[in-house]
Amino acid sequence: MEITAAEALVRCLEQENVELVFGYPGGAILPVYDAFNNSTIKHILVRHEQGAAHMADGYARVTGKVGVCLATSGPGATNLVTGIANAYMDSVPMVVITGQVPTTQVGTDAFQEVDITGITLPITKHNFLVKDPKQLSVIVKKAFHLASTGRPGPVLIDLPKDVALSKIKFKYPKNINLPGYKPTYKGHSAMVQQAGKIMMKSERPVIYAGGGVRISGAAPELLQLAETLSAPVTHTLMGLGCFPGDHPLFLGMLGLHGTRYANQAVTECDCLIAVGARFDDRVVTKISGFAPEARIIHIDIDPAEIGKNVTTHLPIVGDLKTVLGAILPNLEKKDNSRWLKRVCRMKEEFPLSYSQEGRLKPQFVCEKLNELKEDNAIVVTDVGQHQMWAALYMRFNEPRCFISSGGLGAMGFCLPAAIGAKMGAPERNVIMVIGDAGLQMTMQELGTAAEQKLPLKIFVLNNNRLGMVRQLQEFYCDKRYISVDFEFNLDFAALGRLYGMEGYTINTPEQLTELLPQILTSPAPVIVDCIIDREENVYPMVLNGSAISEAIGSGKRRMEDI
Amino acid sequence: MAHTLAVLVENNPGVLARVAGLFSRRGFNIDSLAVGRTDNPAVSRMTIVVEGDDRYLEQVNKQLHKLVDVIKISDITKDAYVDRELVLIKVHAEAAKRAEIMQLVDIFRARIVDVGLKTLTVEVTGNEGKITAFEDSLRPFGIKELVRTGKIAMLRGFKSSSKSNSHKEEDES
Ligand SMILES: Cc1ncc(C[n+]2csc(CCOP(=O)(O)OP(=O)(O)O)c2C)c(N)n1
Repeated sequence: MEITAAEALVRCLEQENVELVFGYPGGAILPVYDAFNNSTIKHILVRHEQGAAHMADGYARVTGKVGVCLATSGPGATNLVTGIANAYMDSVPMVVITGQVPTTQVGTDAFQEVDITGITLPITKHNFLVKDPKQLSVIVKKAFHLASTGRPGPVLIDLPKDVALSKIKFKYPKNINLPGYKPTYKGHSAMVQQAGKIMMKSERPVIYAGGGVRISGAAPELLQLAETLSAPVTHTLMGLGCFPGDHPLFLGMLGLHGTRYANQAVTECDCLIAVGARFDDRVVTKISGFAPEARIIHIDIDPAEIGKNVTTHLPIVGDLKTVLGAILPNLEKKDNSRWLKRVCRMKEEFPLSYSQEGRLKPQFVCEKLNELKEDNAIVVTDVGQHQMWAALYMRFNEPRCFISSGGLGAMGFCLPAAIGAKMGAPERNVIMVIGDAGLQMTMQELGTAAEQKLPLKIFVLNNNRLGMVRQLQEFYCDKRYISVDFEFNLDFAALGRLYGMEGYTINTPEQLTELLPQILTSPAPVIVDCIIDREENVYPMVLNGSAISEAIGSGKRRMEDI
Repeated sequence: MAHTLAVLVENNPGVLARVAGLFSRRGFNIDSLAVGRTDNPAVSRMTIVVEGDDRYLEQVNKQLHKLVDVIKISDITKDAYVDRELVLIKVHAEAAKRAEIMQLVDIFRARIVDVGLKTLTVEVTGNEGKITAFEDSLRPFGIKELVRTGKIAMLRGFKSSSKSNSHKEEDES
């Protein structure tokens, strides 16, 4: 029997075990929406296509499955762009489907035509324009394979309307042929041996863990590696949760806003083991000052990440879980007690700290949330100061518990990503830590959350300004503040109530302490407007041009003196 | 140092845009790029000349490899290879100067492909050195227009950089 390519597309999605898709309809994608009428796949109607992309992203980060979103041609497609770029930067598996004008009109500047494959060329792992309906199912199979294997990423399929309406015989292919795509999973055995030797020789090792640990599912191997070598573990923003936050070897985040002791341990280490991390500029700051005494072992599935930003002494290309699994049997237990003692001193002498004086402190809110959240709760942040406070003051014991826009740093990510996360893990509590500005970027999705009856817990760290940019202007523009203060004060509790949420406004630590237990256990969606100290800065902070060891803002003592 | 890359790509629409886009986005400079089909119509071969040190070339290589349509990259710079480029030159040629120009054409084993009232159009193929020498010797007459195809290259002897072995037919529905 022949069916339309649009119907075939939906059948392909079913074959890939897709349960949920996020999207927004329009003219060019009409046939595809029509085909969803006869499918078990649930379609979530969003309020803006950017939301659909971030929801698919949040869903994918929590479940590890491929997130799927769709939009119509033209403005629908361009509205997805931020969400696609975000998924690309953080290596999130996603399949994006866009409608396109009929092939006969492609290239004529037709109504709602944009060259979305051209636009997304640099922000997708790969993309396809379907010209031949007979190719559709092969393309979908390729898209899911590309999105979810190797270093994951978003793949876009652009489907012209006439192609979608063409009749074809449906058969989902078993095999696909991608001659140019062969990710390496197994590490080179000589390199694996060599890595073991360097690790065993090291007296001051540090492990630097990134998002690759989560993607590869290598958290157990990482734990074993750290304990065997007695190597303290620092993590990137993406790596948060990959190593237990309550472990004695846990150092917290490194880099621009990293802890003093994580940055110092990296500076003093003689062997830096980078696992699934990419030496991003927000981590390394000044290249010459980064791990200057260390032999660097870099393990990553993407060969292009190796040697891109810093020179490594021993590269291993492969899947982290597989590579660590191969290295571990070659290791023996080490105690490095002098090194651990030194790191301990660093932690004691340079703890994270903030002043409790004055108004409600954002750090306090994060600490309290940390204290009361369940172990498997998912925390989703937006981008800005609150994101850094959450990353510094909250602890996670498993991967896929902390979700944040890292590489792109896209404000507006939090709410839709939290919706996607909650839909992917309905049994877990999803807690949002968000800025007042970031919430206003995509707050239309409160409608989606209400419609789906999602009991999100939204904590707005409200300074009624663009806190992070204000901080930048303080340091880099000599306090010439411009365009960082909102003059209109939005009542977020009232806003939440409009969407059927419980709304609270909190001004003091006492109020927070009193209300928090009930908020976190309530079955209702709740928004908590936390009116915080407007002048608070994120510390530690490494100023432009400085090395990570030269952070300011947590004590005047020098590391050398301890 | 200039590197010559032999790049095999799937002959998909947009593949040139992907490669060119990658170079511009990553700030890599292309000296020349020539592209055409191989004996297998599903596969094209690009000859790309890039200038840069080893570390730079390593990044170019790795980033190119990440493109799904790129099947194989060989940096043939250090191997024995033959390379050719075809150039068309329209040179100013008053009647009095024609004999002299035709002599040069002979010496360089070039060919005259068009004769105008005041110009001659000359075709020459060869490697970089020969072409530069020819161009230099015509310059005094006044070059009105010059087009180059970009370099194409091939390994000498039995070795091949154009066979991928892995191009199976795929399961179509
Ligand atoms: C889409 C987007 N636009 C601009 C920025 C630059 N930016 C980074 S943080 C920030 C301020 C965020 O303010 P808010 O959401 O209130 O969070 P806060 O920093 O106050 O915690 C801005 C404007 C960005 N990251 N993303």
